[in-house]
Amino acid sequence: MALHISISAEPIFSLGQFEFTNSMLVSLLVTLFLSLVAIKFFVTQKKKGSNLNLFIQTIIESLYEFVQSISPHHAARFFPLIASIFLFVMFGSWAGLLPGVETIGLQREGRFVPLFRGATADLNITLGLAISAILSVQIFGYKTLGVKYFRKFINFTNPINFFVGLLELISEFAKIMSFAFRLFGNIFAGEVLLAVIAFLLPIIAGLPFIGLELFIGFIQALVFATLTLVFTNIATSEDHH
Amino acid sequence: MAAEVTQASSDLIVGATIALGSMVPAFAIGLIVSKALEAIGRNPEAAAKVQTVMILGVAFAEAIAIYSLVVALIIKFV
Repeated sequence: MALHISISAEPIFSLGQFEFTNSMLVSLLVTLFLSLVAIKFFVTQKKKGSNLNLFIQTIIESLYEFVQSISPHHAARFFPLIASIFLFVMFGSWAGLLPGVETIGLQREGRFVPLFRGATADLNITLGLAISAILSVQIFGYKTLGVKYFRKFINFTNPINFFVGLLELISEFAKIMSFAFRLFGNIFAGEVLLAVIAFLLPIIAGLPFIGLELFIGFIQALVFATLTLVFTNIATSEDHH
Repeated sequence: MAAEVTQASSDLIVGATIALGSMVPAFAIGLIVSKALEAIGRNPEAAAKVQTVMILGVAFAEAIAIYSLVVALIIKFV
């Protein structure tokens, strides 16, 4: 069976107890790529005619307008987090489509270990993103509303309100799991689909599915960013029941 | 013989998991999009807002189908 599908990311090398996996490598490369683009944009800001600068400005402006359309008053506060989540998830998902990912690897103990794997096709990375996003929502809520924000969860005025607060607390953890599994499931299922199609009918049949995966990567990035933005809005809004 | 029956029933369970688990989310997505289309038809100016909320709703509904897909993949590959 020439199909190599592994649900967990395989470690490439280990430093003592810590195993460095192939998806960690790709996520580092994606971060490096985004940082280099940002540094190049910052350095060549004075030159007006640079095409790359205009392109990046268009993308950032449309992202900013999108954030503004959902939260009109606090767009400038929330924009860095939301745009970073969007760009990292999108390029991390698209990284799994590059030629050489999941195909170039090492031969270890008779098993084939790919050197690269899509960053968001690893449950560890999506779980880390989900925890960071929900933690940021709580921090934004605390910064805006103060200690009164935690009245949402711990509310002793009423037995019913106490129960509702408990449900809200559980719902936060459910949001973390939902974020992690939605992104992981979409991107990993896409990789399995591409592997199976390449196994059955190489090169030709894979083209529309790669197009589908590009679209799905973009949509999942949009959904992750939009949901984080909506939760931040809810957390920072002073709503009185 | 016993090993073959076990393998066959395991494959059957994997297929049944994803097949059953995506029936209701597909129906839910259809409902969401149909209501969104109705709303756009009634008020074409609000099309952008309705579209944004619709994409969000579809992502939530699709996530449930993705949960069952992940369970099927775990059963198959782990």
